[in-house]
Amino acid sequence: MAETMTTAIPDFTLPPRVDQVGIEERAARFTKRSIKKETKVNGLLLALNMIDLTTLEGKDSEGKVKQMCYKAMHLLDAYPGLPTVAAVCVYPSMVKTAKKAVEGSGIKVASVATGFPSGQVPRDVKIRDTKFAVAQGADEVDMVISRGKFLEGEYNYVFDEIATIKEACGDARLKVILETGELVTFDKVRKASDIAMHAGADFIKTSTGKVTPAATMPVTLVMLEAIRDFYYKTGKMIGMKPAGGISKAKLALHYLVMLNEILGEAWMNNHWFRFGASSLANDVLMQLMKEKTGVYQGKDYFSLD
Amino acid sequence: MARNNTLKLKFDSARKYAPAPESRSAAKIKDQYDLFINGKFEKPVSKKYFDTINPATEEKISRVAEANEADVDRAVKAARNAYENVWKKMPPKERGKYIFRIARMVQERARELAIVETLNGGKPIRESRDFDIPVVGNHFFYYAGWADKLEYAFPNRNAHPLGVAGQIIPWNFPLLMAAWKIAPALATGNTVVLKPAETTPLTALLLAEIIQECDLPPGVVNIITGAGATGAAIVNHPDINKIAFTGSTDVGKIIQRAIAGTNKKATLELGGKAANIIFDDAPIDQAVEGVINGIFFNQGHVCCAGSRLYVQESVYKEVVRKLKDRLETLIVGDPMDKNTDIGAINSKQQLDQINKYLKIGVKEGAEMYQSSVDLPKKGFFCRPTIFTNVAQSNRISQEEIFGPVLTIQTFRTDDEVIEKANNTPYGLSAGVWTDKGSKIFNMTTKLRAGVVWANTFNQFDPTSPFGGYKESGYGREGGLHGLTPYLNLTSIS
Repeated sequence: MAETMTTAIPDFTLPPRVDQVGIEERAARFTKRSIKKETKVNGLLLALNMIDLTTLEGKDSEGKVKQMCYKAMHLLDAYPGLPTVAAVCVYPSMVKTAKKAVEGSGIKVASVATGFPSGQVPRDVKIRDTKFAVAQGADEVDMVISRGKFLEGEYNYVFDEIATIKEACGDARLKVILETGELVTFDKVRKASDIAMHAGADFIKTSTGKVTPAATMPVTLVMLEAIRDFYYKTGKMIGMKPAGGISKAKLALHYLVMLNEILGEAWMNNHWFRFGASSLANDVLMQLMKEKTGVYQGKDYFSLD
Repeated sequence: MARNNTLKLKFDSARKYAPAPESRSAAKIKDQYDLFINGKFEKPVSKKYFDTINPATEEKISRVAEANEADVDRAVKAARNAYENVWKKMPPKERGKYIFRIARMVQERARELAIVETLNGGKPIRESRDFDIPVVGNHFFYYAGWADKLEYAFPNRNAHPLGVAGQIIPWNFPLLMAAWKIAPALATGNTVVLKPAETTPLTALLLAEIIQECDLPPGVVNIITGAGATGAAIVNHPDINKIAFTGSTDVGKIIQRAIAGTNKKATLELGGKAANIIFDDAPIDQAVEGVINGIFFNQGHVCCAGSRLYVQESVYKEVVRKLKDRLETLIVGDPMDKNTDIGAINSKQQLDQINKYLKIGVKEGAEMYQSSVDLPKKGFFCRPTIFTNVAQSNRISQEEIFGPVLTIQTFRTDDEVIEKANNTPYGLSAGVWTDKGSKIFNMTTKLRAGVVWANTFNQFDPTSPFGGYKESGYGREGGLHGLTPYLNLTSIS
């Protein structure tokens, strides 16, 4: 099908068209897939390898971050041949510590920036925040959009801000957090996704994890469809990161089914898809051990970090 | 930057989930089933039986009795006797209790019923488990509630039952159609002689077991199996008061002729060739999903299937590309696998019919596109198919194919699409996809179809009436409307 591709920026004041009922029905349909045997094991291993192991708390300390980084590299040594997680995700002040801790492991260091989680700081502070994180060694930057401005209809402001941060990132990959729980409707999520991708996002991400609801399957579906349409329009692949609220292996598998059936095989790796999660890894490990040994092990057999 | 777009998403792995089969042993199927007459399973006078198979494997799974005229006569006599002496006289509240009991038993044995429905009919277990059987239960529950409230349903009228209803049902939703027929008939005080389709008799016979277990008075529901001749014997039996038929328009016409000049009432739910209309302001991804559900649900063996797609020209390319992408992710195969989206075609005869139309479509110059899915070696299967470059004058866009085959045409204006959508002998259902409420209302008032879905498709609820215009039949099933065809309403003087 010969069509022209274009990177022309669309008119963001036009309403996008997303049907809430249809999205919810479609998202529910993925949960009907029955994932068994080798498909299940492969899916669980892939899910582990897609995790951005995260700690984003006021009480984060170097000691905490170092221990989490060790966990990122050694998820469960009792299970030989496990992959590592994709990245560790920390505040800018912890990037240096994390970078050193995961050195040589291939694990990326992602840093939140731009006045995470609310984003209510002046733009020059956001730029400095970003540059600091990158200078400290962050491979990836997770920025937040200005939801207030977005809801005011200041789409150009939001667009420019993302583009500015992208520039400040240099070689670091930029994940743009939409904070879908504050945008509320699927129409707005779709519009914010389009703005972020056109402004230079390498990834679009649902949530900070500080607002409820965080990632849901329907909202992720809306964003995956936006990524697909952007790909067809421009030829550029964009990554997806649902974050917050995905703590069970089964739910992670549902997400992977959805990814597989919306964007296809090219996206089924941690270069293009991440789970932002702190407690998902242990449930996946528990399920993997169950598949291997046939019995469930107590939760204290899995390290808490 | 403008360059040629040859991008394509890859979905090969999306169809390769490890097998997740539902357990066949969770359902018991007997080697042989007799006729359910007067509360008992009885050997047929005809002494004849015929095999019933699993269309996914072509293996025989049981054999069932073939009722002849004498058997039909026995069933009608049992129904008449039960009507005159028991059912008609029973307080409505008591009738309702029996129907509630059937509903609960259907729910209790839901898993077993779903398995047998899939084994005998070829539909994916996901659909029989999540759609057919739950809706069967709902239907009995809903009409059970009406049994003692007819005076409220029809104020200032006396509602009298008609007598014995002869009911003939199709193979696409075997148990669901049995529920659609039996539930309102019983609620209104009629007794029943029901014949399931020749290729899918088993769940109706399990329902007979349930009815027996419910202690429904003997003869109130009689279930007899057989082919066209058995159906004809029911239609022509002089002591039947009402015919309820769901099936092809051809047979509907035969029935219409047969009962002309008699006192028999009838409801006919026949074929369809529904238009599904996508406007350029529609939520495209959800519309595409609706089109997929509209035509590939139950292998397209749905009388209200959205088999004619009309797309506004400005979004045509986008819609076709998205349809093709979605087609690639549909899993066709073993109906018992929980991941199967499209199961087996119900019979060899139906598969031949579909393949005949595929050939006609290609010959007519339409462009055929099928998904690249591998089909099982045995059994009756058909790849999901879409035809583009179709004209209104093509046979594939005029005649009911009753399979997973979609034709796509474009349109420019609202008036044009209304004219094209109504340009069919059928009038069962239609779908409209647009973000604009006013457009929906304009369309629904002008489309000559019994059901018009807006921004959704193939939604069924016991409370909602269903039925057609023109050659799609007459009479309504479901809801309050579904009571009237089983009643003689007189004014209170």
